[in-house]
Amino acid sequence: MSPLLSLKGVDKSFGALKVADQITFDLPAGQALGIIGPNGAGKSTLFNLIGGALTPTAGTVQFDGRDVTALPASARCHLGAARSFQIPHPFVGMTVFENLLVASSFGNAGHRDQRAACKEILERTGLIHRANRPAGTLTLLERKRLELSRALATGPRLLMLDEIAGGLTEGECLALVDTIKAIRDSGVTIIWIEHIVHALLAVVERLIVIDFGKIVAEGDPKAVMADPLVQEIYMGISVDDAAA
Amino acid sequence: MVWINAVLQGVLLGGLYALFAAGLSLMFGVMRFVNIAHGDFIVVGAYLILTFVISWGLNPIIGVALVLILMAAAGYLNQRFVLNRVLGKDILPPILVTFGLSIIVQNGLLELFSADSRKLPTGTWETSSLALTDQIAVGLLPFLMFLTAVGVIAAMQFVFYRSALGRMLRATSDDPEIVPLMGGNNARIFAIATALASLVVGIAGIWLAMKTNFDPAAGPARLLFAFEAVIIGGLGNIWGTLLGGIILGVAQTVGAQIDAGYQILAGHLVFLLLLVLRPKGLLPKVSH
Repeated sequence: MSPLLSLKGVDKSFGALKVADQITFDLPAGQALGIIGPNGAGKSTLFNLIGGALTPTAGTVQFDGRDVTALPASARCHLGAARSFQIPHPFVGMTVFENLLVASSFGNAGHRDQRAACKEILERTGLIHRANRPAGTLTLLERKRLELSRALATGPRLLMLDEIAGGLTEGECLALVDTIKAIRDSGVTIIWIEHIVHALLAVVERLIVIDFGKIVAEGDPKAVMADPLVQEIYMGISVDDAAA
Repeated sequence: MVWINAVLQGVLLGGLYALFAAGLSLMFGVMRFVNIAHGDFIVVGAYLILTFVISWGLNPIIGVALVLILMAAAGYLNQRFVLNRVLGKDILPPILVTFGLSIIVQNGLLELFSADSRKLPTGTWETSSLALTDQIAVGLLPFLMFLTAVGVIAAMQFVFYRSALGRMLRATSDDPEIVPLMGGNNARIFAIATALASLVVGIAGIWLAMKTNFDPAAGPARLLFAFEAVIIGGLGNIWGTLLGGIILGVAQTVGAQIDAGYQILAGHLVFLLLLVLRPKGLLPKVSH
C-alpha cells in the first residue's frame, strides 16, 4: 500500500536561507508521527509545505499517491490534509458550534449530516458544554481544543498539530494527550510538532528530529531520544558532557 | 395631523433608503469594501426594468426576474474578475476602481438613454391608497415598497445569521487568511456575497424606477442616502440599516413639511447630528 503522505527531496529557500533541505520521508496511513527540533529549525515551514501554504523550491509532496506539490492549501484540505495552528485563530464573532459548521462547509462540503458530525467532534474534544459560547470568550485550552475540533470538522485523513500543547498546564496537557490518542485510535493519521516531549512520546509511534531544515534523526521515539546527537541538538547536552 | 402624516410617509420612504443601503451594508459587512459605484448600479437596475417592461414590452414579472438574474450575475462576474484583484489590506485601490466604474456606468447610461429624466409608470398602483383614518392615507406603492424593504432585510438577516452560506460569509469576513486553510475559497465567497448584494441592488433599482424620476446621473445621490442609512444604523448591522433608512426618510419628510426646500437638507442635518452623538451608529454591530 502506498503511504498516505510522501515527501521526496523537498527543499525550500528564502533567498540564501535554506529552511527545508532535502526533506524525504513517508508516512503510512494510520501512523502518528512526532516532529521535534530547536526553535527555527524549520518545523512549521515543513507544515506549510505539506499543507500547501508554501510551495517547495524543489522536490515533490505526494498525498494519497497523488502529486500535490502544485496544489493550493484549499485543494489539499479537500483531499483530507487539515492543520491546527500554534496560535489559535478561531472565528471570534461566531459560536464554537458555528466555527465547526463553517469548517465543515468549507472543507467537507457534501457531508450528509453536518450538524451531528460536528456535535460528535465537540463531544470527543471535550468542548460540547461550550458549543453555544462565542469563540472569543474561550480560555487558551478551550481555544486549542477548538482549533483541533475545527481541523477535525473538515473531515481529515491527515491531521497536522502545531505545538498544540504549548502554554498548557500539566493537567490540561494530559487531558489533551488523551483526546489526541482517541483521534489517533479512530484511524486519523497524525503529524505532531511539539516541544513538550513527554506529551508527544505518549502518542507517537515514530519521531523525526529536524535541525537547520534537515532531518537529523528518525525512527523509534525512544531510540531517537537516546541518540547522543539528538540530545546535543535538542536538549543542549554536548556529546562530550554526556560521555564524561 | 399633517405631522403624523409626514412621519408616516417618511417611514415608508425610509423603506426605499433601506433598500438602497442594504446591498452596501452587505458588501461592507463581508468584504470591508466600499463600493463608490453602488448608486450607479441601482440606476442600472432602474434602466434595465424600464427597458424590459416599456421598450421591449415584457411581462413585468418576467422583467423583474430578468433584472434580478442579470444584476446578480453581473455582480458575481464583476467581483470575480475585477474587484477581487484590488481587494487587500489597502482600502484605496477598491475605492479608485469603483469610482472609475461609477464614471463608466454614468457615461454609458448617458450614451444609451440620453440625459432625460425617466420613470416607470405603474398604472393604477400609482394612485391607489389605503385609508387609515379619514385624514391619513398611505399610498399602495410606498406601502408595498416598505414591505419589500422589511422582507429583503429579514431575508438578508436570515441568510447571514442562520444559513450555511451566511456562516461562510461571516467566517470569511472574520478571518480571510484562515479560510483557505480550511478548504474555503475567498475569491468565490466574495463573489457570492457581491452577487447577493447585487440582487438587492436590482430590487432597489426596480423600486427607484417605480417611485421616483431618475436619470443617468442619479447614482451618487442614491449612494449618499445609502451611506447615511448604513452609518446611522451602525456598520455591519442589517436591521440597523432599516432603522437608518427610516430615520433618514422621516427627517426628510418632516423637513419638507416645514419647508419644501428643506427636504434633503433636513436628512443630511439629522445624519450629521447622529454622527456627532453616536459615531458608531444607533445599533452597533451585534452577533445575532
